[in-house]
Amino acid sequence: MAKRQYSFYPGCSSQKGASSSNYLISVQTMCEELDIQLNEIPDWNCCSASIGYAGGGELPRLTLSARNIALSEQHNPGQDIVATCAACWLSTREAQERLHEDQSLLAEANSALAEAGLKLKGDTPIKHMAEVLIEDIGYEAIGAKVKKPLEGIKIAGYVGCQTNRPFGISGESFENPKYLDKLVETLGGDSIPGYEKKVQCCGGALAFSEPEKSQEMVKGIIEAAYDHGADMIVTPCPVCQMNVEVYQDQINATYGTKFKMPVVYYSTLMAVAYGRSAKDAALNAQIIPAKQLEALAAK
Amino acid sequence: MSTNQAMVEKYRNNFLKEVEANVEEGEWVKMCMQCGVCSGSCPLGKFWDHPPQEIFMMIRAGKRDEVLTSSSMWMCTSCYNCIVRCPRELPITHIMHGLAHYAKRLGLVPQNQPTAKFAQLFWDNLMKKGRVNELKLGMALYFMNGFGEGVKVAMKNQKLGMNMMKTGRMNPMEILGGHAVKDLGGFHKVMKKAQELEDARIAKHGA
Repeated sequence: MAKRQYSFYPGCSSQKGASSSNYLISVQTMCEELDIQLNEIPDWNCCSASIGYAGGGELPRLTLSARNIALSEQHNPGQDIVATCAACWLSTREAQERLHEDQSLLAEANSALAEAGLKLKGDTPIKHMAEVLIEDIGYEAIGAKVKKPLEGIKIAGYVGCQTNRPFGISGESFENPKYLDKLVETLGGDSIPGYEKKVQCCGGALAFSEPEKSQEMVKGIIEAAYDHGADMIVTPCPVCQMNVEVYQDQINATYGTKFKMPVVYYSTLMAVAYGRSAKDAALNAQIIPAKQLEALAAK
Repeated sequence: MSTNQAMVEKYRNNFLKEVEANVEEGEWVKMCMQCGVCSGSCPLGKFWDHPPQEIFMMIRAGKRDEVLTSSSMWMCTSCYNCIVRCPRELPITHIMHGLAHYAKRLGLVPQNQPTAKFAQLFWDNLMKKGRVNELKLGMALYFMNGFGEGVKVAMKNQKLGMNMMKTGRMNPMEILGGHAVKDLGGFHKVMKKAQELEDARIAKHGA
């Protein structure tokens, strides 16, 4: 396979010592195996996610993403931008489209960028890593690399919101996207295509400001996975991963449940299925250990 | 005269015009046909005083204070369900963000609205270093309602914090500075200019 190169926007939560640093580790492992080279956008900044709107008005918010895209165009010319975080992808792509449609906004963003000697053209495709896998690499090539099929592991594909809406993955529906299920099957695991909470919101940033409301939704997401006999949940989004994994103790205390459901990334599954170590899959960063994956990685 | 009063004077009795001129994507509001799919699709729908469909009608009916002082828009989780389901393709999520931002600019947000506070903390946090410092953001969140409340919240989340630290997903050293963009001067200049241009744009529509 020819080496593919992308301009990579890792985002704040993937940095060393941050909440989804484990996501980045498993993505790097996955990319090594698939011969994908990620060229980090030098000196990228935060995109302000989807909660930046209170403090940030339209132009300041769009300018944040414009700076990242401009840096990418300058340092990684001709390369599609790829983000692993759903919010990073959404904000960046939204900014690109908004600036493309509104020439006066684009002109203003560019006059702001000029303060640091930057200029935005705004014609770079902006992709989520899931798009890269499914549209650029394809299931067949993904499956061809499997050394340790995830046999007998039942996995609920939790797509969540922002990897799915408003842009989504080509050929998938907003109401019932199937790519995580297909990916699980491709890796030799058992998928749960009828998992009814696959696109249920986890609360996003409101997990912090409205924890009770968010945890009520997370409870439903985990409960449905148990009802289908899932061993673990897989997700493509760092906010989904965190919200569904780390509050299980608190949910158990509130609702008297006994949840202990591991929540992993697609890249975690792929790293293990590709025969890499527990460390390369960042399994040591699970707050709720994914024991079946640990056992498989140790084999 | 406060900005809020100035806007009341300028757009007297025509709140729809005010929204169209001042709220991000506000020009879409008049397109709503009141089908209610957005309200039925919202994951936190039951917590909204006025769900989106109602907000749209209230804007047209000139219910200025009721809309702008509502906590409703702050219930938006940015799940985009309403956007993809709206038969008229209104960018509802963005309109809700726009209304929330406008209410904040006019100083009309209900006191202690937790998401309004957190969202502002998030913005202030990222503007300092160009990247979010999760540790400082978390601490600011715990203590956003004062010290006594903060200690309680911090205690409740102690185990969670320990879990994050043990698994390498939270770094106590971030308190000393943490991740930042390298060209911080350039970053701040760009954002200052963007804010000036934004302010100029607002002034054009203002009183």
